[in-house]
Amino acid sequence: MSDAIAVTHLTKTFGPNVAVDHVSFSVQEGEIFGFLGPNGAGKTTTTRMLTGVIPPDAGKATILGHDIRSEPVLAKQGFGVVPETSNAYTDLTAWQNLMLMGELYGLPRARASERASNLLGTLGLIERKDQKVQAYSKGMKQRLILAMALLHEPRLLFLDEPTSGLDVQSSQMILSLLRDLNQAGATIFLTTHNMEEANRLCHRVGIIRAGKLVAVDAPEKLKAAIEKVHRIEVSFDREIPGDALTTLPGVTSASRTGDKWQITAENRDAALRSLVVFSQQHGATIVTLNTLVVSLDDAFLRLTQEASP
Amino acid sequence: MNPAGFSEQMRRAWAIAKKDIRIYYFKGPVLIFGIFMPVFLFLAFLMGSRQLPLSFLVSGLVGMALFFTATAVSPAIFPWEGQAKTLERLASCPIMVEAIVFGDMIASTLFGIGITLITVIIGLALGVPLLHVITLLVSILVAACCFSAIGMLLAVPPTNVPSNIMMLSSLIKFPLVFISGIFIPLQQMPPWGLALAVCSPLTYFTDVVRYSFTGANYFPVLVDVVVLGVFTVVFTAGTMFLHKRTMPKRM
Repeated sequence: MSDAIAVTHLTKTFGPNVAVDHVSFSVQEGEIFGFLGPNGAGKTTTTRMLTGVIPPDAGKATILGHDIRSEPVLAKQGFGVVPETSNAYTDLTAWQNLMLMGELYGLPRARASERASNLLGTLGLIERKDQKVQAYSKGMKQRLILAMALLHEPRLLFLDEPTSGLDVQSSQMILSLLRDLNQAGATIFLTTHNMEEANRLCHRVGIIRAGKLVAVDAPEKLKAAIEKVHRIEVSFDREIPGDALTTLPGVTSASRTGDKWQITAENRDAALRSLVVFSQQHGATIVTLNTLVVSLDDAFLRLTQEASP
Repeated sequence: MNPAGFSEQMRRAWAIAKKDIRIYYFKGPVLIFGIFMPVFLFLAFLMGSRQLPLSFLVSGLVGMALFFTATAVSPAIFPWEGQAKTLERLASCPIMVEAIVFGDMIASTLFGIGITLITVIIGLALGVPLLHVITLLVSILVAACCFSAIGMLLAVPPTNVPSNIMMLSSLIKFPLVFISGIFIPLQQMPPWGLALAVCSPLTYFTDVVRYSFTGANYFPVLVDVVVLGVFTVVFTAGTMFLHKRTMPKRM
Protein backbone atom coordinates (compact mmCIF):
# COMPACT_ATOMS: atom_id res chain seq x y z
CA MET A 1 0.00 0.00 0.00
CA SER A 2 1.46 3.40 -0.96
CA ASP A 3 1.69 6.50 1.19
CA ALA A 4 -1.07 9.08 0.88
CA ILE A 5 1.02 11.46 2.98
CA ALA A 6 4.80 11.34 3.37
CA VAL A 7 6.40 13.97 5.57
CA THR A 8 10.12 14.34 6.19
CA HIS A 9 11.70 16.86 8.53
CA LEU A 10 8.86 19.34 8.14
CA THR A 11 9.74 22.54 9.98
CA LYS A 12 8.02 25.88 10.53
CA THR A 13 9.18 28.79 12.62
CA PHE A 14 7.35 31.98 13.53
CA GLY A 15 10.00 34.47 14.61
CA PRO A 16 11.99 32.85 17.42
CA ASN A 17 9.37 30.13 18.00
CA VAL A 18 9.73 26.75 16.34
CA ALA A 19 6.12 25.75 15.77
CA VAL A 20 6.91 22.48 13.99
CA ASP A 21 10.33 20.95 14.51
CA HIS A 22 11.58 18.41 11.95
CA VAL A 23 8.42 16.33 11.98
CA SER A 24 8.50 13.11 9.92
CA PHE A 25 5.75 10.54 9.45
CA SER A 26 3.70 8.86 6.78
CA VAL A 27 0.05 7.95 6.34
CA GLN A 28 -0.88 4.99 4.18
CA GLU A 29 -3.70 5.08 1.67
CA GLY A 30 -6.96 3.91 3.21
CA GLU A 31 -5.82 4.75 6.73
CA ILE A 32 -7.48 6.98 9.32
CA PHE A 33 -4.63 8.83 10.97
CA GLY A 34 -5.25 10.86 14.11
CA PHE A 35 -3.01 13.81 14.82
CA LEU A 36 -3.13 14.61 18.52
CA GLY A 37 -1.50 17.17 20.73
CA PRO A 38 -2.18 19.83 23.35
CA ASN A 39 -3.09 23.39 22.37
CA GLY A 40 -0.22 25.14 20.61
CA ALA A 41 1.63 21.89 19.95
CA GLY A 42 1.79 22.50 16.20
CA LYS A 43 -1.15 20.42 14.93
CA THR A 44 -2.86 23.13 12.93
CA THR A 45 0.44 24.51 11.61
CA THR A 46 1.36 21.03 10.38
CA THR A 47 -2.05 20.59 8.76
CA ARG A 48 -1.78 24.00 7.10
CA MET A 49 1.61 23.06 5.66
CA LEU A 50 0.28 19.74 4.43
CA THR A 51 -2.67 21.42 2.75
CA GLY A 52 -0.52 24.08 1.09
CA VAL A 53 -1.97 27.01 3.01
CA ILE A 54 1.40 28.04 4.42
CA PRO A 55 4.84 27.02 3.13
CA PRO A 56 7.22 25.05 5.35
CA ASP A 57 10.59 26.59 6.18
CA ALA A 58 12.30 23.25 5.74
CA GLY A 59 11.48 19.64 5.01
CA LYS A 60 9.26 18.01 2.47
CA ALA A 61 5.64 16.92 2.30
CA THR A 62 4.38 14.66 -0.46
CA ILE A 63 0.62 14.42 -0.77
CA LEU A 64 -0.78 11.66 -2.99
CA GLY A 65 2.56 11.51 -4.77
CA HIS A 66 2.88 15.25 -5.38
CA ASP A 67 5.22 17.60 -3.57
CA ILE A 68 2.99 20.22 -1.95
CA ARG A 69 5.52 22.97 -2.73
CA SER A 70 6.51 22.16 -6.30
CA GLU A 71 3.18 20.68 -7.49
CA PRO A 72 0.60 22.34 -5.22
CA VAL A 73 -2.29 22.30 -7.67
CA LEU A 74 -1.91 18.60 -8.48
CA ALA A 75 -1.62 17.75 -4.79
CA LYS A 76 -4.63 19.88 -3.82
CA GLN A 77 -6.76 18.41 -6.60
CA GLY A 78 -6.71 15.08 -4.77
CA PHE A 79 -7.69 16.14 -1.27
CA GLY A 80 -10.43 17.98 0.58
CA VAL A 81 -10.06 20.10 3.71
CA VAL A 82 -12.39 20.62 6.67
CA PRO A 83 -10.86 23.36 8.84
CA GLU A 84 -11.70 23.92 12.47
CA THR A 85 -13.44 27.23 11.78
CA SER A 86 -16.17 27.21 9.19
CA ASN A 87 -14.99 29.08 6.12
CA ALA A 88 -17.90 28.86 3.75
CA TYR A 89 -18.94 32.15 2.11
CA THR A 90 -21.69 33.40 4.39
CA ASP A 91 -23.03 35.79 1.74
CA LEU A 92 -23.66 32.86 -0.58
CA THR A 93 -26.19 30.06 -0.23
CA ALA A 94 -25.10 26.50 0.52
CA TRP A 95 -25.80 25.59 -3.09
CA GLN A 96 -23.72 28.51 -4.42
CA ASN A 97 -20.85 27.54 -2.11
CA LEU A 98 -20.93 23.99 -3.43
CA MET A 99 -21.11 25.10 -7.06
CA LEU A 100 -18.13 27.39 -6.45
CA MET A 101 -16.20 24.40 -5.09
CA GLY A 102 -17.27 22.38 -8.13
CA GLU A 103 -15.81 25.04 -10.42
CA LEU A 104 -12.62 25.39 -8.39
CA TYR A 105 -12.06 21.62 -8.63
CA GLY A 106 -12.94 21.53 -12.34
CA LEU A 107 -16.07 19.40 -12.00
CA PRO A 108 -18.57 19.43 -14.87
CA ARG A 109 -21.68 21.38 -13.86
CA ALA A 110 -24.02 18.36 -14.05
CA ARG A 111 -21.70 16.22 -11.94
CA ALA A 112 -21.29 19.01 -9.38
CA SER A 113 -25.08 19.43 -9.11
CA GLU A 114 -25.60 15.69 -8.67
CA ARG A 115 -22.90 15.44 -5.98
CA ALA A 116 -24.16 18.57 -4.23
CA SER A 117 -27.72 17.24 -4.06
CA ASN A 118 -26.55 13.88 -2.71
CA LEU A 119 -24.25 15.40 -0.10
CA LEU A 120 -26.78 17.98 1.07
CA GLY A 121 -29.34 15.17 1.36
CA THR A 122 -26.97 12.93 3.31
CA LEU A 123 -25.98 15.76 5.64
CA GLY A 124 -29.52 16.97 6.22
CA LEU A 125 -29.15 20.34 4.52
CA ILE A 126 -31.13 19.88 1.31
CA GLU A 127 -34.17 21.73 2.65
CA ARG A 128 -32.08 24.86 3.27
CA LYS A 129 -29.78 24.71 0.28
CA ASP A 130 -30.98 28.07 -1.07
CA GLN A 131 -30.58 29.89 2.24
CA LYS A 132 -27.56 32.11 2.84
CA VAL A 133 -24.98 30.44 5.08
CA GLN A 134 -24.99 33.36 7.52
CA ALA A 135 -28.33 32.04 8.85
CA TYR A 136 -26.89 28.57 9.53
CA SER A 137 -26.10 27.18 12.98
CA LYS A 138 -22.54 26.09 13.79
CA GLY A 139 -23.41 22.43 13.23
CA MET A 140 -25.02 23.19 9.87
CA LYS A 141 -22.00 25.25 8.79
CA GLN A 142 -19.68 22.41 9.74
CA ARG A 143 -21.78 19.93 7.79
CA LEU A 144 -21.72 22.27 4.80
CA ILE A 145 -17.93 22.55 5.05
CA LEU A 146 -17.73 18.78 5.01
CA ALA A 147 -19.95 18.68 1.93
CA MET A 148 -17.72 21.29 0.26
CA ALA A 149 -14.65 19.20 1.04
CA LEU A 150 -16.24 16.02 -0.32
CA LEU A 151 -17.81 17.42 -3.49
CA HIS A 152 -14.96 16.34 -5.77
CA GLU A 153 -14.74 12.87 -4.19
CA PRO A 154 -11.25 13.32 -2.75
CA ARG A 155 -8.95 10.37 -2.09
CA LEU A 156 -7.67 12.13 1.02
CA LEU A 157 -9.50 14.24 3.56
CA PHE A 158 -7.91 16.59 6.09
CA LEU A 159 -10.10 17.42 9.08
CA ASP A 160 -9.11 19.84 11.83
CA GLU A 161 -11.28 19.32 14.92
CA PRO A 162 -14.34 18.51 12.81
CA THR A 163 -16.66 17.87 15.74
CA SER A 164 -15.36 20.57 18.10
CA GLY A 165 -18.25 22.36 19.77
CA LEU A 166 -20.92 20.49 17.84
CA ASP A 167 -24.10 18.94 19.19
CA VAL A 168 -24.22 15.16 19.53
CA GLN A 169 -26.39 14.74 16.44
CA SER A 170 -24.03 16.67 14.15
CA SER A 171 -20.96 14.96 15.66
CA GLN A 172 -22.40 11.50 15.15
CA MET A 173 -23.47 12.33 11.62
CA ILE A 174 -19.97 13.52 10.73
CA LEU A 175 -18.19 10.58 12.39
CA SER A 176 -20.49 8.09 10.74
CA LEU A 177 -19.84 9.69 7.37
CA LEU A 178 -16.08 9.55 7.97
CA ARG A 179 -16.29 5.82 8.70
CA ASP A 180 -18.28 5.25 5.51
CA LEU A 181 -15.80 7.29 3.50
CA ASN A 182 -12.90 5.31 4.90
CA GLN A 183 -14.62 2.04 4.13
CA ALA A 184 -15.02 3.29 0.57
CA GLY A 185 -11.24 3.74 0.41
CA ALA A 186 -10.65 7.36 1.42
CA THR A 187 -7.65 8.24 3.56
CA ILE A 188 -8.44 10.48 6.51
CA PHE A 189 -6.05 12.78 8.39
CA LEU A 190 -7.85 13.84 11.54
CA THR A 191 -6.63 16.48 13.95
CA THR A 192 -8.48 16.24 17.23
CA HIS A 193 -8.44 16.86 20.95
CA ASN A 194 -11.04 14.20 21.49
CA MET A 195 -9.19 11.07 22.63
CA GLU A 196 -12.31 8.94 22.59
CA GLU A 197 -12.98 9.99 18.99
CA ALA A 198 -9.38 9.19 18.00
CA ASN A 199 -9.45 5.89 19.88
CA ARG A 200 -12.60 4.71 18.17
CA LEU A 201 -11.88 6.04 14.69
CA CYS A 202 -8.15 5.99 14.00
CA HIS A 203 -6.00 3.14 12.77
CA ARG A 204 -2.92 5.02 13.95
CA VAL A 205 -2.30 8.23 15.84
CA GLY A 206 0.62 10.63 15.95
CA ILE A 207 1.19 12.68 19.09
CA ILE A 208 2.89 16.05 18.75
CA ARG A 209 4.20 18.09 21.64
CA ALA A 210 5.96 21.46 21.42
CA GLY A 211 6.44 21.00 17.67
CA LYS A 212 8.03 17.57 17.94
CA LEU A 213 6.39 14.27 17.10
CA VAL A 214 6.71 12.14 20.23
CA ALA A 215 4.89 8.98 19.14
CA VAL A 216 3.25 7.39 16.12
CA ASP A 217 1.47 4.08 16.48
CA ALA A 218 -1.88 2.32 16.68
CA PRO A 219 -3.88 3.53 19.71
CA GLU A 220 -3.83 0.11 21.38
CA LYS A 221 -0.08 -0.27 20.85
CA LEU A 222 0.54 3.20 22.23
CA LYS A 223 -1.44 2.39 25.33
CA ALA A 224 0.35 -0.92 25.72
CA ALA A 225 3.76 0.62 25.13
CA ILE A 226 3.46 3.10 27.94
CA GLU A 227 2.14 0.56 30.43
CA LYS A 228 4.91 -2.02 30.82
CA VAL A 229 3.06 -3.87 33.59
CA HIS A 230 -0.46 -4.92 32.67
CA ARG A 231 -3.30 -5.18 35.09
CA ILE A 232 -5.99 -7.84 34.93
CA GLU A 233 -9.09 -8.03 37.10
CA VAL A 234 -10.67 -11.46 37.48
CA SER A 235 -13.37 -13.02 39.65
CA PHE A 236 -14.38 -16.68 40.07
CA ASP A 237 -17.60 -18.33 41.22
CA ARG A 238 -15.80 -19.96 44.13
CA GLU A 239 -12.85 -19.46 46.43
CA ILE A 240 -9.48 -20.22 44.88
CA PRO A 241 -6.00 -20.33 46.45
CA GLY A 242 -4.36 -16.91 46.00
CA ASP A 243 -0.84 -18.31 46.22
CA ALA A 244 -1.47 -20.48 43.22
CA LEU A 245 -2.33 -17.45 41.13
CA THR A 246 1.07 -15.83 41.65
CA THR A 247 2.84 -18.94 40.32
CA LEU A 248 0.99 -18.91 37.02
CA PRO A 249 3.07 -18.21 33.90
CA GLY A 250 3.07 -14.52 33.00
CA VAL A 251 1.63 -13.40 36.36
CA THR A 252 3.80 -11.16 38.53
CA SER A 253 1.52 -10.62 41.52
CA ALA A 254 -2.04 -11.15 42.67
CA SER A 255 -3.99 -9.38 45.40
CA ARG A 256 -7.59 -9.68 46.44
CA THR A 257 -10.01 -6.75 46.50
CA GLY A 258 -13.53 -7.72 47.50
CA ASP A 259 -14.64 -10.65 45.35
CA LYS A 260 -12.08 -9.84 42.64
CA TRP A 261 -8.41 -10.58 42.14
CA GLN A 262 -6.15 -7.80 40.89
CA ILE A 263 -3.38 -9.37 38.89
CA THR A 264 -0.29 -7.72 37.44
CA ALA A 265 1.45 -9.31 34.50
CA GLU A 266 4.40 -8.56 32.30
CA ASN A 267 2.97 -10.69 29.52
CA ARG A 268 -0.76 -10.11 29.32
CA ASP A 269 -1.41 -12.77 26.71
CA ALA A 270 0.40 -15.48 28.70
CA ALA A 271 -1.34 -14.44 31.91
CA LEU A 272 -4.80 -14.60 30.34
CA ARG A 273 -4.15 -18.04 28.90
CA SER A 274 -2.87 -19.26 32.29
CA LEU A 275 -5.94 -17.94 34.07
CA VAL A 276 -8.26 -19.83 31.73
CA VAL A 277 -6.29 -23.06 32.20
CA PHE A 278 -6.15 -22.41 35.98
CA SER A 279 -9.94 -22.01 36.20
CA GLN A 280 -10.46 -25.27 34.30
CA GLN A 281 -7.95 -27.13 36.50
CA HIS A 282 -9.66 -25.90 39.70
CA GLY A 283 -13.19 -26.39 38.40
CA ALA A 284 -13.91 -22.70 38.86
CA THR A 285 -15.93 -20.60 36.48
CA ILE A 286 -14.62 -17.19 35.51
CA VAL A 287 -17.38 -14.68 36.36
CA THR A 288 -15.64 -11.52 35.13
CA LEU A 289 -12.34 -10.97 33.37
CA ASN A 290 -11.22 -7.42 32.61
CA THR A 291 -7.91 -6.24 31.19
CA LEU A 292 -7.34 -2.86 32.80
CA VAL A 293 -5.40 -1.14 30.07
CA VAL A 294 -4.58 2.53 30.13
CA SER A 295 -6.82 4.82 28.12
CA LEU A 296 -5.57 6.87 25.17
CA ASP A 297 -5.98 9.86 27.47
CA ASP A 298 -3.44 8.29 29.84
CA ALA A 299 -1.10 7.52 26.97
CA PHE A 300 -1.47 11.04 25.62
CA LEU A 301 -0.81 12.65 28.97
CA ARG A 302 2.14 10.39 29.71
CA LEU A 303 3.73 10.94 26.31
CA THR A 304 3.21 14.68 26.25
CA GLN A 305 4.44 15.10 29.81
CA GLU A 306 7.52 12.96 29.18
CA ALA A 307 8.36 15.08 26.17
CA SER A 308 7.79 18.40 27.89
CA PRO A 309 10.89 20.46 28.60
CA MET B 1 -7.91 17.62 -17.58
CA ASN B 2 -4.70 19.12 -16.28
CA PRO B 3 -5.74 21.12 -13.19
CA ALA B 4 -2.54 23.15 -13.34
CA GLY B 5 -2.94 23.92 -17.06
CA PHE B 6 -3.51 27.47 -18.27
CA SER B 7 -7.05 26.97 -19.61
CA GLU B 8 -8.19 25.14 -16.47
CA GLN B 9 -6.72 27.84 -14.23
CA MET B 10 -8.47 30.50 -16.33
CA ARG B 11 -11.78 28.69 -15.83
CA ARG B 12 -11.16 28.66 -12.09
CA ALA B 13 -10.24 32.37 -12.17
CA TRP B 14 -13.63 33.00 -13.78
CA ALA B 15 -15.26 31.09 -10.91
CA ILE B 16 -13.48 33.45 -8.50
CA ALA B 17 -14.71 36.45 -10.50
CA LYS B 18 -18.33 35.23 -10.41
CA LYS B 19 -18.07 34.72 -6.66
CA ASP B 20 -16.67 38.25 -6.24
CA ILE B 21 -19.46 39.73 -8.33
CA ARG B 22 -22.09 37.99 -6.18
CA ILE B 23 -20.51 38.99 -2.88
CA TYR B 24 -18.62 42.25 -3.18
CA TYR B 25 -20.38 44.50 -5.70
CA PHE B 26 -22.95 45.58 -3.17
CA LYS B 27 -20.74 45.90 -0.12
CA GLY B 28 -21.00 49.30 1.56
CA PRO B 29 -17.36 50.40 1.19
CA VAL B 30 -17.35 49.42 -2.49
CA LEU B 31 -20.44 51.52 -3.19
CA ILE B 32 -19.13 54.45 -1.11
CA PHE B 33 -15.59 54.52 -2.50
CA GLY B 34 -16.51 53.34 -5.99
CA ILE B 35 -19.65 55.30 -6.79
CA PHE B 36 -20.70 57.92 -4.25
CA MET B 37 -17.23 59.48 -3.75
CA PRO B 38 -16.53 60.18 -7.44
CA VAL B 39 -20.10 61.39 -8.00
CA PHE B 40 -19.88 63.91 -5.15
CA LEU B 41 -16.36 64.92 -6.19
CA PHE B 42 -17.62 65.55 -9.69
CA LEU B 43 -20.67 67.47 -8.49
CA ALA B 44 -18.46 69.68 -6.29
CA PHE B 45 -16.20 70.35 -9.25
CA LEU B 46 -19.19 71.01 -11.52
CA MET B 47 -20.56 73.67 -9.15
CA GLY B 48 -17.27 75.54 -9.01
CA SER B 49 -16.32 75.29 -12.68
CA ARG B 50 -19.22 76.66 -14.67
CA GLN B 51 -16.93 78.20 -17.27
CA LEU B 52 -15.54 74.79 -18.43
CA PRO B 53 -17.30 73.10 -21.38
CA LEU B 54 -19.57 70.17 -20.59
CA SER B 55 -17.56 67.82 -22.83
CA PHE B 56 -14.46 68.54 -20.67
CA LEU B 57 -16.39 67.85 -17.50
CA VAL B 58 -17.98 64.62 -18.80
CA SER B 59 -14.56 63.39 -19.94
CA GLY B 60 -13.29 64.00 -16.42
CA LEU B 61 -16.31 62.24 -14.96
CA VAL B 62 -15.75 59.19 -17.17
CA GLY B 63 -12.06 59.10 -16.24
CA MET B 64 -12.78 59.46 -12.56
CA ALA B 65 -15.64 56.94 -12.64
CA LEU B 66 -13.48 54.22 -14.16
CA PHE B 67 -10.57 54.95 -11.85
CA PHE B 68 -12.66 54.90 -8.67
CA THR B 69 -14.87 51.97 -9.59
CA ALA B 70 -12.13 49.71 -10.96
CA THR B 71 -10.05 50.34 -7.84
CA ALA B 72 -12.99 49.97 -5.43
CA VAL B 73 -13.58 46.21 -5.49
CA SER B 74 -10.11 44.71 -5.85
CA PRO B 75 -8.32 46.19 -2.79
CA ALA B 76 -11.01 45.04 -0.40
CA ILE B 77 -11.35 41.40 -1.45
CA PHE B 78 -8.16 39.95 0.04
CA PRO B 79 -8.55 41.66 3.46
CA TRP B 80 -12.23 40.68 3.63
CA GLU B 81 -11.50 37.10 2.71
CA GLY B 82 -8.55 36.97 5.09
CA GLN B 83 -10.77 38.20 7.89
CA ALA B 84 -13.56 35.72 7.07
CA LYS B 85 -11.03 32.86 6.68
CA THR B 86 -12.40 32.16 3.22
CA LEU B 87 -8.97 32.97 1.81
CA GLU B 88 -7.69 29.90 3.65
CA ARG B 89 -10.36 27.88 1.88
CA LEU B 90 -9.14 29.21 -1.49
CA ALA B 91 -5.51 28.59 -0.52
CA SER B 92 -6.27 24.90 0.02
CA CYS B 93 -8.10 24.61 -3.32
CA PRO B 94 -6.33 23.63 -6.55
CA ILE B 95 -6.05 27.16 -7.87
CA MET B 96 -2.87 29.21 -8.20
CA VAL B 97 -2.50 32.53 -6.40
CA GLU B 98 -2.10 34.15 -9.81
CA ALA B 99 -5.49 32.79 -10.87
CA ILE B 100 -7.13 34.06 -7.66
CA VAL B 101 -5.64 37.51 -8.27
CA PHE B 102 -6.70 37.40 -11.91
CA GLY B 103 -10.24 36.40 -10.93
CA ASP B 104 -10.42 39.33 -8.51
CA MET B 105 -9.13 41.61 -11.27
CA ILE B 106 -11.80 40.40 -13.68
CA ALA B 107 -14.55 41.22 -11.16
CA SER B 108 -13.04 44.64 -10.53
CA THR B 109 -12.61 45.32 -14.24
CA LEU B 110 -16.20 44.41 -15.04
CA PHE B 111 -17.49 46.61 -12.21
CA GLY B 112 -15.43 49.52 -13.53
CA ILE B 113 -16.56 49.02 -17.11
CA GLY B 114 -20.23 48.69 -16.14
CA ILE B 115 -20.37 51.88 -14.07
CA THR B 116 -18.23 53.81 -16.57
CA LEU B 117 -20.51 52.92 -19.45
CA ILE B 118 -23.38 54.38 -17.42
CA THR B 119 -21.46 57.67 -17.11
CA VAL B 120 -20.82 57.62 -20.86
CA ILE B 121 -24.56 57.19 -21.42
CA ILE B 122 -25.24 60.07 -19.02
CA GLY B 123 -22.81 62.21 -21.04
CA LEU B 124 -24.56 61.31 -24.28
CA ALA B 125 -27.92 62.04 -22.68
CA LEU B 126 -26.63 65.48 -21.71
CA GLY B 127 -25.91 66.11 -25.38
CA VAL B 128 -22.12 65.63 -25.35
CA PRO B 129 -21.09 64.17 -28.72
CA LEU B 130 -18.98 61.00 -28.75
CA LEU B 131 -16.52 61.39 -31.61
CA HIS B 132 -14.43 58.21 -31.31
CA VAL B 133 -16.48 55.31 -30.01
CA ILE B 134 -14.03 52.46 -30.71
CA THR B 135 -11.09 54.39 -29.24
CA LEU B 136 -13.10 55.07 -26.11
CA LEU B 137 -14.22 51.45 -25.71
CA VAL B 138 -10.71 50.07 -26.23
CA SER B 139 -9.22 52.56 -23.79
CA ILE B 140 -11.92 51.81 -21.20
CA LEU B 141 -11.12 48.09 -21.46
CA VAL B 142 -7.35 48.56 -21.13
CA ALA B 143 -7.63 51.19 -18.41
CA ALA B 144 -10.12 49.09 -16.42
CA CYS B 145 -7.60 46.22 -16.38
CA CYS B 146 -4.85 48.67 -15.41
CA PHE B 147 -6.84 50.25 -12.56
CA SER B 148 -8.03 46.92 -11.20
CA ALA B 149 -4.38 45.82 -11.10
CA ILE B 150 -3.60 49.01 -9.16
CA GLY B 151 -6.43 48.08 -6.79
CA MET B 152 -4.94 44.65 -6.28
CA LEU B 153 -1.53 46.22 -5.65
CA LEU B 154 -3.08 48.35 -2.91
CA ALA B 155 -4.20 45.12 -1.21
CA VAL B 156 -0.69 43.65 -1.07
CA PRO B 157 0.09 44.67 2.55
CA PRO B 158 -0.96 41.54 4.45
CA THR B 159 -3.57 43.07 6.72
CA ASN B 160 -6.94 41.47 7.20
CA VAL B 161 -8.58 44.73 8.25
CA PRO B 162 -10.41 46.08 5.19
CA SER B 163 -10.60 49.64 6.58
CA ASN B 164 -6.78 49.83 6.70
CA ILE B 165 -6.57 49.02 3.02
CA MET B 166 -9.43 51.41 2.16
CA MET B 167 -7.58 54.16 4.00
CA LEU B 168 -4.32 53.43 2.18
CA SER B 169 -6.26 53.21 -1.04
CA SER B 170 -7.80 56.69 -0.56
CA LEU B 171 -4.42 58.09 0.39
CA ILE B 172 -3.03 57.07 -2.98
CA LYS B 173 -6.09 57.45 -5.19
CA PHE B 174 -7.06 61.04 -4.36
CA PRO B 175 -3.66 62.62 -5.14
CA LEU B 176 -3.62 60.65 -8.41
CA VAL B 177 -6.96 62.18 -9.40
CA PHE B 178 -5.61 65.70 -8.85
CA ILE B 179 -2.41 65.19 -10.86
CA SER B 180 -3.97 63.34 -13.80
CA GLY B 181 -5.56 66.16 -15.76
CA ILE B 182 -9.11 65.51 -14.62
CA PHE B 183 -9.69 68.88 -12.96
CA ILE B 184 -6.82 70.83 -14.54
CA PRO B 185 -6.06 70.32 -18.25
CA LEU B 186 -2.51 69.04 -18.83
CA GLN B 187 -1.80 72.12 -20.98
CA GLN B 188 -2.34 74.37 -17.97
CA MET B 189 -0.19 72.37 -15.56
CA PRO B 190 3.17 73.68 -14.30
CA PRO B 191 6.22 71.61 -15.32
CA TRP B 192 6.44 69.86 -11.95
CA GLY B 193 2.75 68.99 -12.20
CA LEU B 194 3.27 67.60 -15.68
CA ALA B 195 6.26 65.58 -14.47
CA LEU B 196 3.98 63.98 -11.88
CA ALA B 197 1.13 63.57 -14.36
CA VAL B 198 3.15 61.43 -16.77
CA CYS B 199 3.76 58.95 -13.95
CA SER B 200 0.03 58.38 -13.46
CA PRO B 201 -1.80 55.91 -15.69
CA LEU B 202 -4.98 57.90 -15.10
CA THR B 203 -3.43 60.79 -17.08
CA TYR B 204 -3.31 58.71 -20.26
CA PHE B 205 -6.84 57.43 -19.83
CA THR B 206 -8.20 60.93 -19.20
CA ASP B 207 -6.33 62.15 -22.28
CA VAL B 208 -7.80 59.46 -24.52
CA VAL B 209 -11.32 59.97 -23.09
CA ARG B 210 -11.03 63.69 -23.77
CA TYR B 211 -9.93 62.89 -27.30
CA SER B 212 -12.97 60.63 -27.71
CA PHE B 213 -15.37 63.38 -26.59
CA THR B 214 -13.69 66.60 -27.78
CA GLY B 215 -11.15 65.55 -30.41
CA ALA B 216 -8.41 67.33 -28.43
CA ASN B 217 -5.56 65.43 -26.80
CA TYR B 218 -2.18 66.09 -25.20
CA PHE B 219 -0.40 62.83 -26.09
CA PRO B 220 -0.92 60.86 -29.32
CA VAL B 221 -3.77 58.39 -28.81
CA LEU B 222 -1.56 55.42 -29.62
CA VAL B 223 0.89 56.53 -26.93
CA ASP B 224 -1.97 56.79 -24.43
CA VAL B 225 -3.19 53.26 -25.15
CA VAL B 226 0.29 51.69 -25.32
CA VAL B 227 1.38 53.34 -22.06
CA LEU B 228 -1.83 52.12 -20.40
CA GLY B 229 -1.09 48.65 -21.74
CA VAL B 230 2.46 48.74 -20.38
CA PHE B 231 1.21 49.93 -16.98
CA THR B 232 -1.35 47.08 -17.04
CA VAL B 233 1.25 44.41 -17.73
CA VAL B 234 3.69 45.76 -15.14
CA PHE B 235 1.05 46.20 -12.43
CA THR B 236 -0.54 42.81 -13.13
CA ALA B 237 2.78 40.98 -13.01
CA GLY B 238 3.79 42.95 -9.92
CA THR B 239 0.57 42.29 -8.03
CA MET B 240 0.64 38.56 -8.82
CA PHE B 241 4.25 38.29 -7.68
CA LEU B 242 3.68 40.26 -4.50
CA HIS B 243 0.43 38.53 -3.54
CA LYS B 244 2.11 35.16 -3.92
CA ARG B 245 4.69 36.29 -1.38
CA THR B 246 2.33 37.92 1.11
CA MET B 247 -0.64 35.54 0.97
CA PRO B 248 0.74 33.04 3.55
CA LYS B 249 1.15 35.95 5.98
CA ARG B 250 -2.62 36.52 5.93
CA MET B 251 -3.35 32.96 7.16
